[in-house]
Amino acid sequence: MSELLTDIEAIRAQFPILTREVNGKPLVYLDNGATSQKPQSVIDAVKHYYEYENSNIHRGVHTLSQEATAAYEDVRKKVQKFINAKHDHEIIFTSGTTGGINLVASSFGASLVRRGDEILITAMEHHSNIVPWQMLCERRGAQLKVLPISKEGEIDIEEYKKLIGPKTELISLVHVSNSLGTINPIKEMIAIAHAQNIPVMIDGAQAIHHTPVDVQELDADFYVFSAHKMYGPTGVGVLYGKEELLNDMPPYQGGGDMIKSVTFEKTTYNELPHKFEAGTPNIAGGIGLGAGIDFINSIGFDFIQAHEAELSRFAVSQLRDIKGLRFIGTAKERAGLVSFVLDGIHPYDTGVILDKLGIAVRTGHHCTQPVMNFFEVPGTVRASFAVYNTKQEVVKLVEGIDRVKRMF
Amino acid sequence: MVGTVTNIEEKELEIIEEFSLFEDWMDKYEHIISLGKELPLIEESLKTDDLLIKGCQSKVWLHAKLEKGKVIFTADSDAIITKGIISLLIRVLSNQTPTDIINTDLTFIENIGLKEHLSPTRSNGLVSMVKQMKLYALAFRTQQNA
Repeated sequence: MSELLTDIEAIRAQFPILTREVNGKPLVYLDNGATSQKPQSVIDAVKHYYEYENSNIHRGVHTLSQEATAAYEDVRKKVQKFINAKHDHEIIFTSGTTGGINLVASSFGASLVRRGDEILITAMEHHSNIVPWQMLCERRGAQLKVLPISKEGEIDIEEYKKLIGPKTELISLVHVSNSLGTINPIKEMIAIAHAQNIPVMIDGAQAIHHTPVDVQELDADFYVFSAHKMYGPTGVGVLYGKEELLNDMPPYQGGGDMIKSVTFEKTTYNELPHKFEAGTPNIAGGIGLGAGIDFINSIGFDFIQAHEAELSRFAVSQLRDIKGLRFIGTAKERAGLVSFVLDGIHPYDTGVILDKLGIAVRTGHHCTQPVMNFFEVPGTVRASFAVYNTKQEVVKLVEGIDRVKRMF
Repeated sequence: MVGTVTNIEEKELEIIEEFSLFEDWMDKYEHIISLGKELPLIEESLKTDDLLIKGCQSKVWLHAKLEKGKVIFTADSDAIITKGIISLLIRVLSNQTPTDIINTDLTFIENIGLKEHLSPTRSNGLVSMVKQMKLYALAFRTQQNA
């Protein structure tokens, strides 16, 4: 135990923000599902880029541009290794998970989805994995099919099989639910879809920092995530796509960097990955993402998973005894968060009082309104964990909830 | 007080004085919570979608009518702290003339340290509610002048 504590203290020491106070109380940051805090190494990497390397990439012959290009492209290789992609050109830098999903919905959708086709998602998707498909379906006259969830917050594989049909063109699934914590059996679900030659896209925003992801082992066709939930900066993310699919897809946005040659009569497009990266990207963000990956690697997923699972177990065991507390999302396989409601107390009210105590949780519908409607709650209180959280912080949360209950 | 209506500034001063008694945030929030619990609920029949102001976090229902030249507001929310602040807004703005409502800056909210609840980032529906209260006042004044 003492060794574990030392580790966590050493990890915490890398995060400057964790020493600050909020409302006169030490910050207890349990809103990692929204975004994680950044270690000094990530902050330094972004700072170093602007102080020493800043220049535009892929186009300058001068030293700075060469260095910046090398630094940015090294991150692509780092991401490739991190998720075990076959090629580095299968790694497309985006603005984030939402950007990646919209890219696929627009580009893949425009070329392959026709009137009467179906797109399948689950009932536990984040709005960003619902709305782009709704927009696509509206444009193309296609239909959005939704796989229901159980009262535990799990999908039913048999139901899933039934919903896949000859008209299913694409399936888009969340790896780990942001409002329920459910880990979906995506490997099995991908295999089932592939048996009928249907490509599968995975929203990995809530998974990528909790669990090792191997896109080849999963056989995912697309996998998207954001840097800012994995200790990296905001405004940058990754779309992984299989080479052959990405090659078949038309470009998403037009602009600089994505072209081979441009005349007023005809433009030919650049190769992967640049075909999908029009304009000057978030270079500093990309470099910060690389530092975020280094940070995760410096701890390793063995420790991260064990620690976060222990925190979740501890949180559930402590919260379970609170009278009037009901968990939302009780799936067998869960990751990194607890979501709950208090009898007769609105999540907003809970969040306001916890904030006064220096405890940051997320309250509301978590951009999953259909999930809230399903459970018939206006929203939930969600405590989501990162590698730097401690059991003492969970105890503070429990004490905070006691205080909330006494006030209302 | 009989038959006269205190103007908006006076109501605001009243509330500022009331809140100056609280020494820490706990007392202040306990007071807001009790105000929220005391606020008469609006009739269920008025909790319709067209009276609903959707915040990301909590819902607010707002109803307004003009009586003898004064705007009468009733409102409700599904969250108690939001409702407590609504109760303060109603105490200040209800039963006032449309022109007074349009012209007020509602400085008391900042004065009693609750400005954070009226910031757009809270998305509790209160910012939209104040905007909506002023829009009602504007509509009633236009009606009166017509």
